[in-house]
Amino acid sequence: MIQIKDLHKSYHMGNNSLHVLKGINFDVKEGELVSIMGSSGSGKSTLLNILGMLDEADEGSYTLDGVPIKNLNEKIAANYRNKFLGFIFQSFNLINYKSALDNVALPLYYQGVHRKERVERAMHYLDKVGLAPWSHHLPNELSGGQKQRVAIARALASDPKVLLADEPTGALDTKTSYEVMDLIQGINDEGKTILIVTHEHDIAQMTRRIVNLKDGLIIDDSVVEQVRASQYV
Amino acid sequence: MFDIERWQEIFETLRKNKLRTFLTGLSVASGIFILVILLGFSSGIQNGVTSQFEKDAANSISVWAGVTTKEYKGLNPGRYIQLKNDDFNAIVNKYDDHLEYKSPFYTIWGGLVNYKNESGNYRIQGVLPDNQFIENADISQGRFLNHSDVMGAKKVAVIGNKVSQDLFKGQDPINQSISIYGINFKVIGVFYDPGGERDESKVMMPITTAQKAFNGGNDIRNMTYTVKMSDNFNDAVKLSEQISLGIESDIKEKHIISPDDISAVRVNNTLEEARKIYSLVDTIKAVFWFVGIGTIIAGVVGVGNIMLIIVKERTKEIGVRKALGAEPMSIVGMILQESVFVTMFSGLFGLIAGLGLLEVVGPLIESDFIKYPQVDFNTALATVFVLVFAGAIAGFIPAYRAAKIKPIDALRDE
Repeated sequence: MIQIKDLHKSYHMGNNSLHVLKGINFDVKEGELVSIMGSSGSGKSTLLNILGMLDEADEGSYTLDGVPIKNLNEKIAANYRNKFLGFIFQSFNLINYKSALDNVALPLYYQGVHRKERVERAMHYLDKVGLAPWSHHLPNELSGGQKQRVAIARALASDPKVLLADEPTGALDTKTSYEVMDLIQGINDEGKTILIVTHEHDIAQMTRRIVNLKDGLIIDDSVVEQVRASQYV
Repeated sequence: MFDIERWQEIFETLRKNKLRTFLTGLSVASGIFILVILLGFSSGIQNGVTSQFEKDAANSISVWAGVTTKEYKGLNPGRYIQLKNDDFNAIVNKYDDHLEYKSPFYTIWGGLVNYKNESGNYRIQGVLPDNQFIENADISQGRFLNHSDVMGAKKVAVIGNKVSQDLFKGQDPINQSISIYGINFKVIGVFYDPGGERDESKVMMPITTAQKAFNGGNDIRNMTYTVKMSDNFNDAVKLSEQISLGIESDIKEKHIISPDDISAVRVNNTLEEARKIYSLVDTIKAVFWFVGIGTIIAGVVGVGNIMLIIVKERTKEIGVRKALGAEPMSIVGMILQESVFVTMFSGLFGLIAGLGLLEVVGPLIESDFIKYPQVDFNTALATVFVLVFAGAIAGFIPAYRAAKIKPIDALRDE
């Protein structure tokens, strides 16, 4: 699903140049649930941003579902993001004046889906994350866990190839974190490819494969025995 | 632009952000509202001032004859020039297209007027019906002279308010008989004159009657014409000047007067007065336009400013939208369409409110210097569109910048 070869990325700030990714080689197969770990500054978020086409690599190749991702202009990047990717953020990034349902329906609006169908499909995904009764609530009327579940429903709404989650449990307490991970595991069980950036070991243990980053290089990449979150819920 | 999904999205955004929508709308609506009121009062003052000055018939040309001072074609200086009916008629015929009102005068200064036991000395003037408009006299009772009075040389008189008060002491003067040097005249009307008491101490009668009754023959003392006012000051000046010069040379030629004799014929046109009116009106116009354009600029800057704040406030939202697959142009389009809709809607609202206020309050204003405040609807509508257009341009820069924001920057946690 994802092939990355010799990926380099540096940031330039004035005269200083910061080499963040120093040659990443990394493949993800369809249906995998991968966590990317590393201390802050290890380059894990940068990697995720490049995977999410929010940022571009300086060198190296990136292929997503057989499509080479390079020389993107804004318009094509937007289309690819919409078609291939679903994002889950640490701070949820819901639009605060839109109801849960409208937030979930937003990616479908940018796909050009008509309103009636948008609402139906959004409702389906809200139901999937167990928030159907809250469909008309605004984000600030929801708890942190509920917000993240709305965000997950939104990420799923466009039926993307890959879900990218940047510290999805970073703003949540332990119990809620496990609930969210339970949901993510359930989605993965249905065959969705999911990448999670995290620095929490217990969260990483709930994935099927852990990739460890340090100073812009992968130092460890191992398959783990998945811990089911449902046993903690 | 006519994508219904886009409009639904925009209406939803506006509805969910009532305060922001309201504030943007308010600044635009009040700008247009103030502009409409300003333009309305500008035209009101223009109307008022123009009508104030027009009371004195500012565009008149008066012709007087005197004594020659220069020898010309063998004729000695010191000749008395007498204007005749023919002189008056010749000028009327020649310049008829440009003249509005015209009247010759046969005047007796200090004529003795009697009514029963009351008597007084008043100026007696033989005139034509047009004189009512030259003097801007208002008839308070009865009527002014008419054509048939002149044709029939009827012995009728219109008396000034002062004369009426002096002689009739509050009695109704209409159809009463007054006697001037022993000749009886029927009073047919009483007039007021904006010139005050001096101009109301007069008795006016048909010129034909005056010439017959007081042995005038065909003599006239002087004559006055008014030139048709044109909207353009320069045109009015030129026309007035041309006619004055034409009249002067015509009369000099006819009466064999040296062209450079300045005392035998005096042609006095009140051009100078007219020039003052026009320059005053122009100044008022300029001031109001200056203020008006300032208001529009303030409005445009206001809209641009609000747009900038809106974009700033929505940076994160824009980042989210882009991460979810919004194309840059759809972001620009969304913000512009939203702002154009708000400015247009509230601009029209301000326009209608302003026009409504002028419509309601305008007629209630009781000032001599403000009359019929009104705004040319097309001008106002054009202003709204200029504002919307300029607002869109002012908003385009922040919107474009917003579209350039990388989602990664917008979504970065603070």
